[in-house]
Amino acid sequence: MTASTRRARARPPRGVWWAVLLASLVPAAWIGLRTLGWFDGLGVNPIEKLLELSGTHAMIALLIALAVTPLRQMTGLAWIVRLRRMLGLVAFGYVTAHALIWLGVDLFFDWELVLYDLTERPFVMVGFAAWLILLALTLTSTDGAQRWLKKKWVWLHRGVYLAGVLAVLHFLWLARADYVEVALYAAILAFLLGWRVHYRWQTRRRVHARRVSA
Amino acid sequence: MLIRNRRRSECSHSEITPPEVYARRREFLRAGVGLGAGLALGGLGMALPASAALRGFPLEFEGSDYSTDESKTAYDEITSYNNFFEMGPGKSDPKTYADQLKTDPWTITVDGLCENPGEYAVEDFISPWSLEERIYRMRCVEGWSMVIPWIGFELNRIIEKAQPRGGARYVAFESIYDPDNLRGQRRRRGSSGGLEWPYTEGLRLDEAMHPLTILAVGLYDEVLPNQNGAPIRVVVPWKYGFKSIKSIQHIRFVEDQPPTLWNQAQSDEYGFYSNVNPDVDHPRWSQRTERRIGEFRRRRTEMFNGYADEVASLYEGMDLTRYI
Repeated sequence: MTASTRRARARPPRGVWWAVLLASLVPAAWIGLRTLGWFDGLGVNPIEKLLELSGTHAMIALLIALAVTPLRQMTGLAWIVRLRRMLGLVAFGYVTAHALIWLGVDLFFDWELVLYDLTERPFVMVGFAAWLILLALTLTSTDGAQRWLKKKWVWLHRGVYLAGVLAVLHFLWLARADYVEVALYAAILAFLLGWRVHYRWQTRRRVHARRVSA
Repeated sequence: MLIRNRRRSECSHSEITPPEVYARRREFLRAGVGLGAGLALGGLGMALPASAALRGFPLEFEGSDYSTDESKTAYDEITSYNNFFEMGPGKSDPKTYADQLKTDPWTITVDGLCENPGEYAVEDFISPWSLEERIYRMRCVEGWSMVIPWIGFELNRIIEKAQPRGGARYVAFESIYDPDNLRGQRRRRGSSGGLEWPYTEGLRLDEAMHPLTILAVGLYDEVLPNQNGAPIRVVVPWKYGFKSIKSIQHIRFVEDQPPTLWNQAQSDEYGFYSNVNPDVDHPRWSQRTERRIGEFRRRRTEMFNGYADEVASLYEGMDLTRYI
């Protein structure tokens, strides 16, 4: 049995997929309720708060999506990979919501300001670039696209690493004298990307060792 | 320096306030303050939230032609959304940790290049001056703004009393340094990004002498709450908010442009002048527009925060894209 068929057969325990999806939507519901005035509402500068909350959860959702593969490799539980597409789409949802709040609520579709932000503000540029990458990945997230693009699909979807780096940059360039939060995201991202390099190197060495001994 | 205070389009307060109402303004204020204090002390059994050093200080004040007639931002909003990194970087930190700022006793030192240096208890520092209400626009460098009714007096009175010498070209201000109590001044790596405490600010002497520049000791009709810079702070309404240094303890007359906290931290983002200017970009925030707290749509930011008639002459011949 090849690795890929083994992966295809592995299914998450009953209900896990749905439970994870529902859990991933809890922050969205919480932000929504706060917007409606629950849980003390959004405070004195509500639009700023909305941008901040949606941005934070977009970042977290992206990091969770990036954690799927390392988690599978660490635990050896093949079914975890079945959550990857859903969690990636959830991350795209949060990032898109964040971008729409910026476009439609903060700037209120003032296209002159939108264009100005996109061309003059580095932190907006990298944020927008990250969203574009995630958009491309979302559009090619179907089984059909995966079959059609073959090897290219793998390369294209490695773009999510770049999106992660851009998202951290987006945060970093916004931070004002308080770098604790962004340092945490950067550390988690560095671990998740570093793990991949480490794992690949280990596997290659193991395969090589097997070949030598055989 | 401009003497004319009012823009021609604005009418003076006396034109719109009936004289019988105006004549009774102190009665009204006293009743309001008394009622507020009574409720706070008696009704809830709580101490006044205001600065202990100034407790009982009578906040009687006159109106001013320098006040804007734009609608004021609510007291709760002005006192719960602050940048006061000494109490932490979050907007609600200053209110949450307001009691970490110990304002009693409070001493203010005036020194440097002046004939009349001195060290004053804050009560004695304030009491010689009659107070005015100044309703000013406040524009934060982060892109939001408020309309705040400050109570205070013009800084130029302090300067005239101190009599700066010929060589004095700048005024340097310094705030409190108290890392034992102020959580934001304790050095944890990354948490205050290399900010050099205490908070320091500075103005050119003519900016400091300008009648718009005040020392504020009150907000609405109460003494300043800690999170807004108790017991006494600078307010310079045509500059970004961080120039209006809070909780000052030291005023010094100097010859050279003094170092200032945010300028030291990121000089390309926070210039010494930091006049509100929609045409000069902050590298990260849009300065062309601002969100007035309480409003939905952004509004265009005005040159010198709308005080161009009063202050533009201070910068004649200066390239404001260079002197940011």
